[in-house]
Amino acid sequence: MTNKEIAVQTQELTKIYGKGNTEVIAMRDVSLSVRRGEVVALLGPSGSGKSTLLTAVGLINPPTSGKVTINGTLVLDGPDALLNLTTFRRNHIGFVFQKSNLIPFLSARENVQVALELNGLSGRKARKKTMELLEYLGMSDRANNFPAMLSGGQQQRVAVARALANRPSLILADEPTAALDSVRGRQVMELFSKVAHEQNGAVIVVTHDHRALDVFDLIYEMEDGMIRLRSSQDIEFGKQGAKQLD
Amino acid sequence: MNLAVKDIRHNLGRFALTSFGIGMLLMMVMGMVGIYRGMIEDATLLIDNVGADIWVVQNNTRGPFAEVSRVPKNLLDRVAVIPGVRNAREFVYHMIQREHHGKPLRMGVVGLSWPLDKGEWLPLIAGRSLSQAHYEMVVDQKLGVQLGEKLRLGKETFLVVGITKGMISSGGDGLAFFTVDDAQLIQFDTPGEAVRLERASRLERGARADIGHTQPPLLERALGPSSSIPAFGPPMLSAVIATLGPSVDPLVVTSVISGWSDVSVYTVEEQRQLMLKGTVEMARKQIGLFTAFLTFISAIIIALILYTLTLEKVHDIALLKLIGAPNRVILSMILQQALFLAMTGYGVAYLLGRKIFPNFPRRVILLDSDLFSLALIVIGISIASSILGIYKAVRVNPNEALSG
Repeated sequence: MTNKEIAVQTQELTKIYGKGNTEVIAMRDVSLSVRRGEVVALLGPSGSGKSTLLTAVGLINPPTSGKVTINGTLVLDGPDALLNLTTFRRNHIGFVFQKSNLIPFLSARENVQVALELNGLSGRKARKKTMELLEYLGMSDRANNFPAMLSGGQQQRVAVARALANRPSLILADEPTAALDSVRGRQVMELFSKVAHEQNGAVIVVTHDHRALDVFDLIYEMEDGMIRLRSSQDIEFGKQGAKQLD
Repeated sequence: MNLAVKDIRHNLGRFALTSFGIGMLLMMVMGMVGIYRGMIEDATLLIDNVGADIWVVQNNTRGPFAEVSRVPKNLLDRVAVIPGVRNAREFVYHMIQREHHGKPLRMGVVGLSWPLDKGEWLPLIAGRSLSQAHYEMVVDQKLGVQLGEKLRLGKETFLVVGITKGMISSGGDGLAFFTVDDAQLIQFDTPGEAVRLERASRLERGARADIGHTQPPLLERALGPSSSIPAFGPPMLSAVIATLGPSVDPLVVTSVISGWSDVSVYTVEEQRQLMLKGTVEMARKQIGLFTAFLTFISAIIIALILYTLTLEKVHDIALLKLIGAPNRVILSMILQQALFLAMTGYGVAYLLGRKIFPNFPRRVILLDSDLFSLALIVIGISIASSILGIYKAVRVNPNEALSG
């Protein structure tokens, strides 16, 4: 395996909030590698450090120590950014969130198009590519609807389209199915799997939803700021559980 | 894609309402500036329009508009013969308050020097200027008197032959124009009983004096009208105004008159400044201060509105930052919205002001230069006001988008 195939790699990431008596270690020596084409789940109870890891990998909340390498480029060395994070984030990372994270005053099409235009694509080209993405995700007929007129599942599809807009090597999703029923939640998870495999991107999903674990290639668990890979048996169990549910 | 426009279009109702609110606020500022201008215009209206180059008034007074001025009628001849003076005219000005259809009718009475000045310079909107020496008047529309109407003032009845527009006294009352003699008739009108008592008093004084015994016909004169007694001069004028010949330096003429110990003389500009610095100054300062306060308050309110609008968008801003929007995109959005709100508000203020201000009791004058300055100030305010919102937006962490 070469470095290029690795979409994201973290080395001993540690995040400490506060100082002295108020010090809280949110993440402790977290090392993780996700390859292109892989869909990875990040499980764990609240306060286990999942979101801290996600925001560190997403270059939003730098770690106290440790390194983040994305697409072969060392981006963070401890809290220090080695390049322009905003630009790098725009080019390499897509985000999908829990709910209502579409810009309310933009239509579905515009929500996707804005990500492309921010990356320098001109209006007409951006519009064409947007429509292709919405078509790919089965949302072209709702392109002109505002988020408030879309169901939760449709909103998440638009959010996925926006995350995919700039063909990122890494998609980070934080509880993307939390606001959805089981059927729509599963559809979204399968969408991530489809995107990862067809578009050769890496997807990391923070989730509490154990109903669709079978779609993931790897499942990590976090507890007290530390990470561990779930055994393949656990994964198989998850898949069987999901099949039984089906 | 213009995010500012998209946001405005999506929240059109709220933006329209906010713009309207800002517009009302700016209309107040515009109105205050307009009232200030109107006050200056009203104060200097007669001075600017009557066509005089110099004003000769009672010694040590500031002229007929600032205080009571009394000069004898023969001053006219003294002024008229000064080299460089093309013509000299009598001028009478005083305020009266009467009743008209049960309502107070307050007017500034202006006496024009008949037949030299028939009021041809007046901005008439109906009727004509004066065409006879007595019993005609031209009034401003503000007085609410109709053309052809007859008004009884003193012992005489005057026919309204012309209506002017915008001829207002410094106090905001409409002006009425008469010949000087008629203006004096109104000014020095004495009730019949008072006239009779005065004549009886004269007779009694004459009878007690030696001259009354030695020259009895004088006592007969004492019972007649004042105008037939040579010892009583004609009624006094408020001022004598003079028009100079072409290319005559007013200072040359005023230097001659200033040598006379019984009068004071002013050029038009000096008369204007006396008016502005005297009668109008305090009101001018008060309105100026009020305008400054109102502008400051407007700036604070606009800043708070923009800040609140930014606060409402914190999540969207975090989201935009998260998907890679640089700060300049966010700042541009806030700034554009600030400018849009302010300029729409300005437009609302202008349109509403144009409709509403003419109905104000005092004149509100919107000068192009003031409107332009106010537009620049509004742009400045909106930019300054958006700083608070921009400061907040810059500090928004993309992390906040993850908080759901």
